[in-house]
Amino acid sequence: MTKPILEIKDVSKRFVKGLDVAGKIAQRLGSSISEEVVHAVDSVNFTVQPGEVVGLVGESGCGKSTLGRVVAGIHAASEGGVLFEGKDLSSMTPEERRAAGLAIQMIFQDPFASLNPRMRVEQIIGEAPLVHGLCTRANQSEYVDNIMTRVGLDPTLKRRYPHQFSGGQRQRIGIARALAVKPRFLVCDESIAALDVSIQAQVLNLFMELREEFDLTYLFISHDLSVVEHIADRVVIMYLGRVVESAPTEELFANPRHPYTRALLSEVPRLDQRRRSFTPIEGEIPSPLSPPAGCHFHPRCALATDLCKSAAPDLLEPVQGHQLSCHHDLGRQSA
Amino acid sequence: MTVLSVENLQTHFFTRAGVIKAVDGVDFKLDRGEVMGLVGESGSGKSVTGFSILGLVDQPGRVAGGSIRFHGEDLVGKSEEQLRKLRGGKIAMIFQDPMMTLNPVLRIDTQMIEAIKAHENVSKREAWERARDGLGAVGIPSPEERLRAYPHQLSGGMRQRVAIAIAFLNNPDLIVADEPTTALDVTIQAQIIHVAQKMCHERGAAMIWITHDLAVVAGLANRISVMYAGRVVEQGDTDDVIDNPRHPYTVGLLGSVPSANRRGEPLMQIPGMTPNMLNLPTGCAFQARCSRASDACKQAPVPSGEGHLVRCFHPYERVSA
Repeated sequence: MTKPILEIKDVSKRFVKGLDVAGKIAQRLGSSISEEVVHAVDSVNFTVQPGEVVGLVGESGCGKSTLGRVVAGIHAASEGGVLFEGKDLSSMTPEERRAAGLAIQMIFQDPFASLNPRMRVEQIIGEAPLVHGLCTRANQSEYVDNIMTRVGLDPTLKRRYPHQFSGGQRQRIGIARALAVKPRFLVCDESIAALDVSIQAQVLNLFMELREEFDLTYLFISHDLSVVEHIADRVVIMYLGRVVESAPTEELFANPRHPYTRALLSEVPRLDQRRRSFTPIEGEIPSPLSPPAGCHFHPRCALATDLCKSAAPDLLEPVQGHQLSCHHDLGRQSA
Repeated sequence: MTVLSVENLQTHFFTRAGVIKAVDGVDFKLDRGEVMGLVGESGSGKSVTGFSILGLVDQPGRVAGGSIRFHGEDLVGKSEEQLRKLRGGKIAMIFQDPMMTLNPVLRIDTQMIEAIKAHENVSKREAWERARDGLGAVGIPSPEERLRAYPHQLSGGMRQRVAIAIAFLNNPDLIVADEPTTALDVTIQAQIIHVAQKMCHERGAAMIWITHDLAVVAGLANRISVMYAGRVVEQGDTDDVIDNPRHPYTVGLLGSVPSANRRGEPLMQIPGMTPNMLNLPTGCAFQARCSRASDACKQAPVPSGEGHLVRCFHPYERVSA
């Protein structure tokens, strides 16, 4: 087995909302007010092999974006560590940290908010490679042209500002900006969610072409299971900060073993299902401020027992490559 | 029984830069209890069609031609007073963002009771009871308590349920749902579709479900109309449109949906982007992105076909089943 390019080891991320003055005084006076802690990511473990596309799926509020940001180095992990090519991001020397920062790039959801409206496209794409010495001032223009052509943008438009482009084109600018520093690992956070269906297909195809051409590895964060099924080699399902199931894409879609995964899969609208009656899972994702004890999914789970209410299940690997965190493993479906 | 019949609807926006024909000759009919999916990308005119039916098109736009017959009565040219009687009564709308329906500074009960009393002369007590039953019907637990809540105290899915409950309060004959699940998670989306489906089924209301997501309407609608640049380019029974798409745009749209059997392969994509509505080519609006375009497409195609309409000179042949 090759060495993984990225290892996420027991990563937790907590956001703490401190008390204001009034709150502190109230606390002194014996009130039960305390700091609010959100466990956005709770002891998550997984590894990514070079060249792999890992899809990270979950509902809003499950911590998938936070985890993506921890991987991209935007947030520091509260506990645990992210190992890039075997080295922990937090214990790297400044030079190593810079190199890793360049190698891991992020592409954001909103192509309207993630581009500086006051910069021309050539500056947006050309700034980072110049700073990091990947191109010189003399050949910067040529460098930008190349990348723009590669992502399907017309280089003659490089003097324009982001607002002069459509949503799909802006997303391409975001991709070009990330590619400009020759990354090896891309974190795509809902990168196609804001686009129209026909444009989604264009960008999705672009991601797959670039993967071949530049030998990229992706962490593809999305709420859209059909997109993930299409592009990912392996899927990690998160629920309220924890990984509940992780398996190669085909295995996961053919044999979902966690009740949550099964429910999610049955609710994806598909073209081949006509006039079906939708049978939703009950309830909504609970607040991460006060997650339920034990297994986070138990209040919505049809199989929940007393055990689920008290003890959180461990992430086990009943089959090689298929990890699962549930007391009531649904097992393989008979083929 | 036909509830709604839209004929040659034209909604134009008269801007300083020119006339934008957001809806340019749309026809469809809707029977009692029928669900029609109105599918298109942003800027295709699907939402403006919905707004036109409710008479909610604002300046500088207006319905420039055609008719919208609701139970045989033309809504175009009706006074604001008459439209107001219908809206929220026999015709209701569900918006993408439930906060567009809900007033953030009023409690749910105030808003629901107001909606009932605006259309019917009932006592406050009676209206309150109907509001409570309405919330119960869309699957909101402990409705009495929820009635006392403000919209911000509810989650997104809950708010959308409240918006649906309000839409159904006065037993409408027609619901226009404009992307009501786009902002929601898959599990919540399934819940909302389930509720809307159930309510239509029980009350016999006709529904127009506006969306960009073909997969959603495939599982929900009886018929599908696909819109492109202000025109319906294909219309037919759900099975016909999805299994036998004939317009090149519909074919491209279906090919763009990632589906299980083509995993890892490049998706079929439609080149280019949605055209500028100010500057549409003469003839077929799709010609610049179409692989089948010819000189004939410089003329505007008219819908052809029996039951399954397609507006194209070079449609794909029907695959015989």
